[in-house]
Amino acid sequence: MKPSGYSLNATFAALADPTRRAILVRLANGAATVTELAAPFDMTQPAISKHLKVLERAGLISRGREAQRRPRKLEPRPLAEATDWIERYRRIWEANFARLDAVLQELKSKEKKTVDALLEDVKPKPKQRRSK
Amino acid sequence: MTPTAAMKIATPTDREVVMTRVFDAPRGMVFDALTKPELLKQWLLGPPGWTMPVCEIDLRVGGKYRYVWQNAEGRSMGMGGTFQEITRPSRIVATEVYEEYWTGGETLVTTELVETRSKTTLSTTVRYASREARDAAIKMGATKGLEASYNRLDQLLATQN
Repeated sequence: MKPSGYSLNATFAALADPTRRAILVRLANGAATVTELAAPFDMTQPAISKHLKVLERAGLISRGREAQRRPRKLEPRPLAEATDWIERYRRIWEANFARLDAVLQELKSKEKKTVDALLEDVKPKPKQRRSK
Repeated sequence: MTPTAAMKIATPTDREVVMTRVFDAPRGMVFDALTKPELLKQWLLGPPGWTMPVCEIDLRVGGKYRYVWQNAEGRSMGMGGTFQEITRPSRIVATEVYEEYWTGGETLVTTELVETRSKTTLSTTVRYASREARDAAIKMGATKGLEASYNRLDQLLATQN
């Protein structure tokens, strides 16, 4: 994926705030005006506008063209880049941990063999088996 | 192979990444696999095609460790740090810094092992010096081409079944 030009720093900073995350969730359902976005929050319109500016600078949202309403809409790309990195990290570690599983299984089977051998030593000898 | 719980990954603060994974083994065993070079070399490999020819561990507080990975084209990548806290078999705190390139500077890695009914929950918290450092590490990871053939993991798992 090509970088979008927005810094991940700005993305993560923008996402760090619960109000801004709630705004993004709302916008995931479709574009909305500042008034519409302010409605569910106990906040003044200027306070919401401030949050919108942060989101806009991070490239997470953009403004529509309709002159009067200027609805905000979600820009999915920077968010995708941030989650893309988490996904990479996850894959590398999942591969490492899958190998660690195998190492642990081997250790367990070795330990079991040692314990079995010790038990074998202390166990009273069974009767000699008949040969086939 | 035993079925294992899925790995969880979280970013609880803007400086941290936390990974959690359950292993079907007692924690003493997991602790060994994390701290004994002959065991660690078998699994801590990262992207496919890389091996770990150097794995030195001086397991004591103030002791150093150093890992070097190498790929088929002879590219190598080194990493190391110092142990700050060792409580066998439950906790390790160590600094971590990559040698070849800047990936966000020194990080502090806290490893915790909790055992429940012979299964061990391993959690690894990587704390970056700052949010900027974490993001730099993220960008580095995103541009290193690490995405190369991760589907080989599927092959690996298939051959182990």
